[in-house]
Amino acid sequence: MAISLGFHIIFAVAGIAMPLMMVIAEWKWLRTKKEVYLSLTKHWAKGTAILFAVGAVSGTVLSFELGLLWPNFMEWAGSIIGMPFSLEGFAFFTEAIFLGIYLYGWNKVNPTVHLISGALVAVSGAASGIFVTIANAWMNTPAGFDLIDGKPVNIDPISAMLNPAAFSQSLHMIIAAYAATGFAVAGIHAFLLLKNPRNQFHQKALYIALAIGGVAAVIQPVSGDILAKTVAQNQPLKLAAFEGQFKTEKGAPLKIGGIPDVDEMRTKYALEIPYGLSLLAYNNPKAEVKGLQSFPRDLWPPVAIVHVAFQIMVAAGLIMIAISIYCFILMIRRKKIYNSRRLLRILMLCSPLGFIAIEAGWTVTEVGRQPWIIYEVMKTADALTPMPGLVVTFSSFTLIYIFLSAIVVLLLLRQFRASPEYVDKGNSEP
Amino acid sequence: MIFSFEVIISVIMLISLILYALKGGADYGGGVWDLLAFGKRARKQREVIAEAISPVWEANHVWLILVIVILFTAFPAGFSTISTVLHIPLTLMLIGIVFRGSAFAFRTYDAKKEESRSWGLVFSVSSLITPVLLGVILGAIISGNVIVENGIVRDGFIKPWFSLFALFVGLFTLALFAYLAAVYLTLETDDEELQDDFRGRALISAVISGLLAIAVYVLSGSGAPTISRELSENWWAWGIQVVVFILAVSAFVALITRRFRLARMCAIGQVSLIILGWAIAQYPYLVEPNVTIFNAAAPESTLKLLLATLVLGGFLLLPSFYYLLRVFRKL
Repeated sequence: MAISLGFHIIFAVAGIAMPLMMVIAEWKWLRTKKEVYLSLTKHWAKGTAILFAVGAVSGTVLSFELGLLWPNFMEWAGSIIGMPFSLEGFAFFTEAIFLGIYLYGWNKVNPTVHLISGALVAVSGAASGIFVTIANAWMNTPAGFDLIDGKPVNIDPISAMLNPAAFSQSLHMIIAAYAATGFAVAGIHAFLLLKNPRNQFHQKALYIALAIGGVAAVIQPVSGDILAKTVAQNQPLKLAAFEGQFKTEKGAPLKIGGIPDVDEMRTKYALEIPYGLSLLAYNNPKAEVKGLQSFPRDLWPPVAIVHVAFQIMVAAGLIMIAISIYCFILMIRRKKIYNSRRLLRILMLCSPLGFIAIEAGWTVTEVGRQPWIIYEVMKTADALTPMPGLVVTFSSFTLIYIFLSAIVVLLLLRQFRASPEYVDKGNSEP
Repeated sequence: MIFSFEVIISVIMLISLILYALKGGADYGGGVWDLLAFGKRARKQREVIAEAISPVWEANHVWLILVIVILFTAFPAGFSTISTVLHIPLTLMLIGIVFRGSAFAFRTYDAKKEESRSWGLVFSVSSLITPVLLGVILGAIISGNVIVENGIVRDGFIKPWFSLFALFVGLFTLALFAYLAAVYLTLETDDEELQDDFRGRALISAVISGLLAIAVYVLSGSGAPTISRELSENWWAWGIQVVVFILAVSAFVALITRRFRLARMCAIGQVSLIILGWAIAQYPYLVEPNVTIFNAAAPESTLKLLLATLVLGGFLLLPSFYYLLRVFRKL
């Protein structure tokens, strides 16, 4: 399941942000009537279509898989968190309908309706992402029911949806989707610009992708901070694992890097910023941070994995912010980003960073919640299906996803190879 | 009891399932005719099928997701029973869905054309297998053998669905989907020769569906005794069966006389009523013989909210879906 989600998250994230870029390109086309924007729109629309088709089947697999692998979890929790999934179903439906109109309706509906259809695809894609993340947030901070004799009673699906982590987690996820996709697409066009510097097609594409990825990357720390505070409040053990914080102490330092050693109960080789953690988590340099030592050992998540993944996520995010700010400065100075070959090379190398950050963040939140599937309510092991030979199921789903990813990569590569030429007539010499 | 939340939500779930059969099912049927395209117009037939499916198949497919989501939100215990016992056929069906969807995407969006025939083959073969598995699953659910007692699966993970009855329900499902597709396809082209190709296929699959329907009915005596008894003893069940029969004959005549719009209406009515009749025969069971829509239902607070969502969502969705079908002239 974790593997399926790990793959699905990539299709889903790209499926959230691609439509936005495609709509921006179309809007530019309608305003400027420059052929290159139309061509860009159509290419990005194809990319969106591929991602959506694969996302649609992988999403179907997931909705069944919930029951195939975790029937007990679904029986227990279905009535509590089915709501966001139902809403997601509608959002997904809207997306499918308007994507159909968008892709095949170029000559069948008028330009405004066409643009609106694209916008609806972008909006409903984002809404799907938000609803699914809300369901995941519920697993971290379960709400909306009372626990009596191990059974949920007094179920209130609305409070379940408004669980403490819902807002911060879905905000963080959505911004991450724009940042990661923006950077990935910018990187690909940067690579193509290195080979073909005068092609306006890639120049325009680079600007739109960077605008989305850059803005998202720069505002991401704000949502990260809100989320970290939510975690500190609701899952102090998880926060301790994020930070590799073994000791319970006042004025805890912020550890950068390092490898937690569970036997020695300390995080080695870390750079420590005094009071940093207390300040970030509780807005107070003297606040007490509960360390792992304050919790029973059998409830610890795999600390090393969580801490290292957390560091990777933060590091990737910081690099993306630095690049975004640099590009922004270039733009203020009225320099063309695509004329700096060094910057193009950096952008190319950084194109997977956002997705690395997302996978790392996913590891942080999922592994960090172990051994629970529903935090402090149900253990992961108790939710598993009684079906024997599950290895077969797990491996076949894994193979399915590897297969799907291979297809997406192959198709997208071929699309990029087929990208058109719009020669820049040299009006942008450095 | 009739106007309880459980019943209303079940009806919505049933409508979604019917729409999935009518729309998504026909897309599978398109794959079958893609596989069986022959003669000197084979390439043209495939083009018509691809053009008919491309803009709408994803939206059509979402009806299935909606059914599943409603099932696990409103009847979590039913969802858990089905997905535990029928783990194997469900997994196989998912593999079929994945191959079909991705093969279709590959064929449609691949920048290189020469390889698309082998992807077309993957698409059409998985279109053939997936509906059979879907039917097998439905057949197992009504057989009375899908039983979880005290957390233990009574009959193992193979026996409940590995039966002649379930297999024939699977084949019947496939035949119906192929029939629907052939009938729809007569309206997707203006070329008379192509229309005749699809008309011929519609007539043949109508006959095969009819024969399979009889086979399923006969086998249900031992394969799904409760449903079988309901179908043969209840007056409304007879009523529905008579109407289905009349519609089937009318569709047949309409096809012969080239009144394709009429044929399509009859075929739609036919398939909808078959599913409706099955659902009424099964009421109030979700999974025979232990799980009903009442004992598997989520608490009322969830049902109320779900219903509100479904109604509001419906106001958003149905006009959009209608618009989609209008834009691509499928109505």
